[in-house]
Amino acid sequence: MRIVVNRDICTGCEECLGSCPFSAIVIKEGKAFITEYCDLCRACLSVCPVGAIEEVEEEGDRKKVEKGRGVWVFAEQRGGKIASVAYELLGAGRRLASELQTELVAVLFGSGESEARELIKWGADKVYLCNEPMLEKFNDEPYAELLSTLIKEHKPEIVLAGATPIGRSFIPRVAARLRTGLTADCTSLEIDKDTKNLLQIRPAFGGNIMATILCPHSRPQMATVRPRVMKRGEYVEGRAGEVIYVKADSIASRTRVTDTIKEVSEVAVNLQEADVIVSGGRGLGDAKGFNLLLELAETLEGAVGASRAAVDAGWISYSHQVGQTGKTVCPKLYIACGISGAVQHLVGMQSSDVIVAINKNPEAPIFNVATYGIVGDLFEIVPLLIKKVKEARGI
Amino acid sequence: MNIIVCIKQVPDTAEVRINPETNTLIRDGVPSIINPYDTHALEAGLQIKERVGGKVTVITMGPPQAETALREALSMGADDALLLTDKAFAGSDTWATSYTLAKAVEKLGADIILCGKQAIDGDTAQVGPEMAEFLNIPHIAYIRKIEEVKADSIRVQRLMDEGYDIVESSLPVLLTVVKELNEPRLPSLKGKMAAKKAEIKKMGPADLGADENNLGLKGSPTQVKNIFAPEAKKDRKMLEGTPEQQVDRLIQELRRLKCV
Ligand SMILES: Cc1cc2nc3c(=O)[nH]c(=O)nc-3n(C[C@H](O)[C@H](O)[C@H](O)COP(=O)(O)OP(=O)(O)OC[C@H]3O[C@@H](n4cnc5c(N)ncnc54)[C@H](O)[C@@H]3O)c2cc1C
Ligand SMILES: Nc1ncnc2c1ncn2[C@@H]1O[C@H](COP(=O)(O)O)[C@@H](O)[C@H]1O
Repeated sequence: MRIVVNRDICTGCEECLGSCPFSAIVIKEGKAFITEYCDLCRACLSVCPVGAIEEVEEEGDRKKVEKGRGVWVFAEQRGGKIASVAYELLGAGRRLASELQTELVAVLFGSGESEARELIKWGADKVYLCNEPMLEKFNDEPYAELLSTLIKEHKPEIVLAGATPIGRSFIPRVAARLRTGLTADCTSLEIDKDTKNLLQIRPAFGGNIMATILCPHSRPQMATVRPRVMKRGEYVEGRAGEVIYVKADSIASRTRVTDTIKEVSEVAVNLQEADVIVSGGRGLGDAKGFNLLLELAETLEGAVGASRAAVDAGWISYSHQVGQTGKTVCPKLYIACGISGAVQHLVGMQSSDVIVAINKNPEAPIFNVATYGIVGDLFEIVPLLIKKVKEARGI
Repeated sequence: MNIIVCIKQVPDTAEVRINPETNTLIRDGVPSIINPYDTHALEAGLQIKERVGGKVTVITMGPPQAETALREALSMGADDALLLTDKAFAGSDTWATSYTLAKAVEKLGADIILCGKQAIDGDTAQVGPEMAEFLNIPHIAYIRKIEEVKADSIRVQRLMDEGYDIVESSLPVLLTVVKELNEPRLPSLKGKMAAKKAEIKKMGPADLGADENNLGLKGSPTQVKNIFAPEAKKDRKMLEGTPEQQVDRLIQELRRLKCV
C-alpha cells in the first residue's frame, strides 16, 4: 500500500500538513506531496477537505497467505505456578477460536501435568506441555527455540502471550525467526468480519492514542496482551481436553539464571488482587486526604490506589500508583476520587468492571470512562458514602 | 570492547494528543528527543567503556534529521555515530527495523549491544530482542543492574514481575535497559563542541548488503489499519441531586451490581 496525493484534486490548502506525525507531507509547486518518510499511518486521509489523499494498493498487498489452524496461547509459569495472565489469554482465545470455529491450544513450558489440566478447565482444548526441568526458569533462547519449532510444525493462525517481562522478552525472537508480525501490549482483540484477520488494538504514544494493527500477509498473527485487561474464561471442572507431551532435545542456552530474588511489596499484591479499589488524586489536597480514602476502602474491604500526581506529591508511596507507569488493575469496583483522568491513568484502570468517578469538575475526562459519575466535592461525598455503606452493611 | 548503542529519535509523547474530531495526531510544536530509555542505554555503554576500555558507537535508523539525536549522543561521550537513512527504510515495523539495525551491527561488529527497554512512541519493546535473533546472539531484557563485565561474559540483574533474576550470558550479547539502571550524564561543553564538528557516517541498503525485500514497508509484516482517540463509555450515568441523593443513588446501583 502507498499513500498518494491526487494532484488533480489537491487545492494546496495545507490542511494536511499538521496531521502527519512523521512530517512527511510537503507542499511542492502549490500541491501537497507525500515524501518517503510516510509511515502509512493514514492519519492524513480523513483531514483532506477535498478527498485528494488516497491509499493505493500495490502488487505486494495481494500476496496469498497460507491460513493456519487454531488459536494458541502461551501459558507462562513462574516457579511452577501458572501466571494469571494465562487464564485471561484463555478467555480471550476462546472467544477468538469460536469466532474462527477452530481449536484453542495452550502451550506450557517447565511445569507439570496438573497445571496443564488446569489450563483445560480454563478453556483449552489441547495443551502442549514440555516438563523439561531446564525450562522451569525462564531463559529466552530455549523458550524461543521450542515455541518456534512447535509453531512451525502445527501452523496456528493466531499466537497470543502475556505482555509480561517474559512474554515481551522472548516472543519477539519467535516472531523474528518465523518472519511474521508481532503486535505489542494489546488491550483489545477482534476478528475482522470480512477478512477473518485479527484486529489488534493497542495504545501508542504513551496511551494518548489507540491504533489498530493488522498482520495480513504472514502467519501466525502474533500479539502480546496486556495483563488484567481481558476477562478470564469460564472455569469448568470436568472439561475434556488433551495433554500432549513435547520433547526438548538439544536445546541450548547461552544465558543462565543463577538466582531469582523475590521483591514484591504487599501493597502491590493487594492492589492487584482487590475486588474494590478506592483511588485518590491531586484533588485530595494533601496526605491526610488519604485517611478518608483508607476508611472508605476498609469499609468496602478494598485497597487504596493513587494517581501519579498524588504519588509525586509524596502523599502516598509509589507502590499504590495506578496507570501507565504504575500498576494495571482490573477490580470489580474502582472509585476515583479527585482524579482528573489523564490518559496515562486511564490505561491502568479503564477495564475495571464498574468505575465510579467523584470530581468537582464536570468536564474532567475521568467521567468519560465512568459507569457512575458524581460531580461534587469529594470531602462531602466520601464521608457520606462511608456512612451509608456502613449503614447498608450494618457496621 | 566494542559497544553499540541503538538510539531512536522520538516525539516527546507526553505532548502528543489526538484531535477527537478528525482522529489525527496533533503534533504542532511537539519537540523531538532521544528516546529516554536510550539515554540510559548510552550511559550504560559509556560506563562499561570506562570500566573495561573500548569504543562506544551509537547508531540510529531514521530520517536525516535524526542526525541531531546522534550529535547529542556524541556530546554525551559516544566515540562514533552511524545514521541509517534511506527511502527504502521508510515504513519499517519492528521486524524490518530490527533486521536493518542487525545488518548494521554485523557490519560494525560488537561485543555488547545496548538498547532502551522500549521506544516511547511505539512502546513495543520488540526491536532489541528481535535484533538479537537476527544476529543469532543471546539477549537479556529489562536490565536494572550490570554486576560484572568480563572479556567473554557478563552478569546482570533482570527485572521481573515479582522481583529480579541474576542472569549470566556469554558475549556477544544484546541488553535492553530500564531507567533504574543509572542516571544519564549531561553533555559536557567539550563534548558539545566536538559533537558539532564530528562527521556522522551514513549508510543505506547497499552499504549494509541488505535484502530489499526485508526493508521498510515491503519488509514489514504488520500494518497500521487506523488510529483513534481512546473512547468514552456509552452507558455512563451521571448521578444528579444533592450530595445525599447522589450517594443514595450510588448505593442503590452498587447494591444492584452486588458491589456493596
Ligand atoms: C510518561 C508519563 C507517564 C505517566 N504515568 C502515570 C501513571 O502511571 N498514573 C497516573 O495516574 N498518572 C500518570 N501520569 C501523569 C498523568 O498525566 C496526570 O498528570 C496525573 O494522572 C494527574 O493526576 P490527578 O488526576 O490526581 O491530578 P489532576 O490532574 O491535578 O486532577 C485533580 C482532579 O481533582 C479534582 N478535584 C480537586 N479538588 C476536588 C474535590 N475537593 N473534590 C472532588 N474533586 C476534586 C479536580 O477537578 C481535578 O480533576 C503520567 C504522565 C506521563 C507524562
Ligand atoms: N529506528 C531505530 N534506530 C535505532 N534504534 C532503535 C530504533 N527503533 C528502536 N530502536 C531501539 O530499540 C529499542 C526498543 O524500541 P521499540 O521496540 O520500538 O519499543 C529502543 O529503545 C532503541 O534502543
